[in-house]
Amino acid sequence: MDYFLTEQQQMIVDIARQLTDEKIIPHRAELDEQHQFPREILKQMAQADLFGVPIPEAYGGFGGGCLDIALTVEQFGRGCIGVGTAFAANFLGVYPIIIAGSEAMKEKYLPDVATGKKFGAFGLTEANAGSDASGIQTTAVLDGDHWVLNGTKQWITNGGEAQIYAVVAITDRSRGPRGASILVVEEGDPGFSCGPKEKKMGIRASSTTELIFKDCRIPADRLVGRQGTGFITVMKTLDLSRPGIGALGVGLAQGALDEAARYAKQRQQFGKPIIAFQAVQHMLADMAIGVESARALVYAAARHIDAHPKEMSKVSAMCKAYATDVAMKVATDAVQVMGGYGYMCEYPVEKMMRDAKILQIYEGTNQIQRNVIGQELNKEYS
Amino acid sequence: MKICVCIKQVPDAKEVRLDPVTNTLAREGVQSIMNPFDEHALEEAVRLRESVGGEVVAVSMGPPQAEAMLREAISCGADRAVLVSDRAFAGADTWATAYTLEHALRRIGDFDLILCGKQAIDGDTAQVGPGLATRFAIPYVACVQKIRHADATGLVVERMMDDGYDVVAVDYPVLLTVVKDINEPRVPSLKGKMKAKKETILHLNAADIGAEPAAIGLAGSPTRVVKVFPPEARGGRAMLSGTVDEQVAQLAERLRRYL
Repeated sequence: MDYFLTEQQQMIVDIARQLTDEKIIPHRAELDEQHQFPREILKQMAQADLFGVPIPEAYGGFGGGCLDIALTVEQFGRGCIGVGTAFAANFLGVYPIIIAGSEAMKEKYLPDVATGKKFGAFGLTEANAGSDASGIQTTAVLDGDHWVLNGTKQWITNGGEAQIYAVVAITDRSRGPRGASILVVEEGDPGFSCGPKEKKMGIRASSTTELIFKDCRIPADRLVGRQGTGFITVMKTLDLSRPGIGALGVGLAQGALDEAARYAKQRQQFGKPIIAFQAVQHMLADMAIGVESARALVYAAARHIDAHPKEMSKVSAMCKAYATDVAMKVATDAVQVMGGYGYMCEYPVEKMMRDAKILQIYEGTNQIQRNVIGQELNKEYS
Repeated sequence: MKICVCIKQVPDAKEVRLDPVTNTLAREGVQSIMNPFDEHALEEAVRLRESVGGEVVAVSMGPPQAEAMLREAISCGADRAVLVSDRAFAGADTWATAYTLEHALRRIGDFDLILCGKQAIDGDTAQVGPGLATRFAIPYVACVQKIRHADATGLVVERMMDDGYDVVAVDYPVLLTVVKDINEPRVPSLKGKMKAKKETILHLNAADIGAEPAAIGLAGSPTRVVKVFPPEARGGRAMLSGTVDEQVAQLAERLRRYL
């Protein structure tokens, strides 16, 4: 389908597609098997200027929006969402700086992110603060001209690989949600360390670790925006980033459909290719309907957000939940179409099925997305 | 350093078929690509510029549609590109092509280094690079698998041999032809694509480069193609299919018959 992309967007798609076909797909099985972070591939993404896509032009980027980054990660997702997650989570760590950071902070960090020299991560989740972010225990206390952080973040994507960490910490517990702030912690700051890499069901190419703060002292100017605005910035960050997760889902679903359809054309049973059987055809047709409708919703939501409307949480949540539910279903059906072969590690769809599950969980579970949508509906109809 | 990369547009080998009647290549509807060896030559040129500075000029002799490939070269890092194109160049063999490229390169400027792919995947002759160096009376090193060192006066390179490699030190000006092992070509960059879209590609024809009419194209080509034919199929061939395990089982079964 023609989605009326601009010339620059088409260039981004072409580059990301070529990079996925030539640099990601040939290596994805190995990265998965060895739980290996894709440093070399990320370098190639940087060389292709793709880290600059959502960075404002004033800081060396291309000033792209939500749609531009969605188009990029959709292609990566078609190859491997482990790799795509490493790329996308970098921006999760950087969006708070773009949204709320001071001019000096933007000048300090964004040019290096645009060229891929520095890499970001976002520290929100804790052992007791997942879907309910108000359970955050990590604290930051001002001591002279330094903040002192204490606490542990859990399951942080790009942990141990990033140089810039946007960390959510409580700066004034008495103020409830208005007592949270975001601070930038850098690799090598005293008192900051990362835990060992977690072992995961899927997206094994991405790194997931704890972030551990033990009297971690950072300069006072590392506070992002004003003190106490942390939650608002977190919500704005997630509004911007969710279509990217939807796009990873669209990409993964497209990749699974491609594998299943190609296989169904070539696999012979009862004297004909199995794509000739209506039972298989209907499965493939439903998969194709899912992929195209998810893509249309993700692109439409991304365009809506790029128009800077007042309200974007609902569409952002809708496209994340829908596209990632589609990804899970299409990946599962791809394994079914391919039968025993689909279940074997020799073919890529078993990995896609393992990988797809995280899309429904991270960056707000799909149940939380439905809460967001439901709450907005409740407001609209009051 | 001034670096020239000679690149050729070739039919995509994955799609090429032979016309069963004429025994010539059926090029209709076949997509054209940059000769794969030349992609590696371009990548090496761009890497050299990134490490020691200078300029990379991509040059191609070919029909007007080769301009698209030259824009691709710019998107992958070439600073500018020149298309050497004239109907009179048609039918050139490697001799006439080396003559034409020599005249074009003399017109474009003095180069310290000329990089070519080892060979083009359509003609497979591997003659144009060495032919061009010979016409310039400069040294060449063919089948380079690695540039070990580059400085202001020359290069130290590894030349791939059947039984290992030679280490060759050579001064500029020099021509190298490269094999695929030398590097992994990058994908185009976004800035590169934007530059490629806007860039004006210089077109040079036979008169622009001062080529003698008798020395170019078919007239300037001593090679005569007497016959083109696909080699006869050897008998007794069988293709095994299925998974690796299935194929191994089938192969073992066949071999057992001779025990």
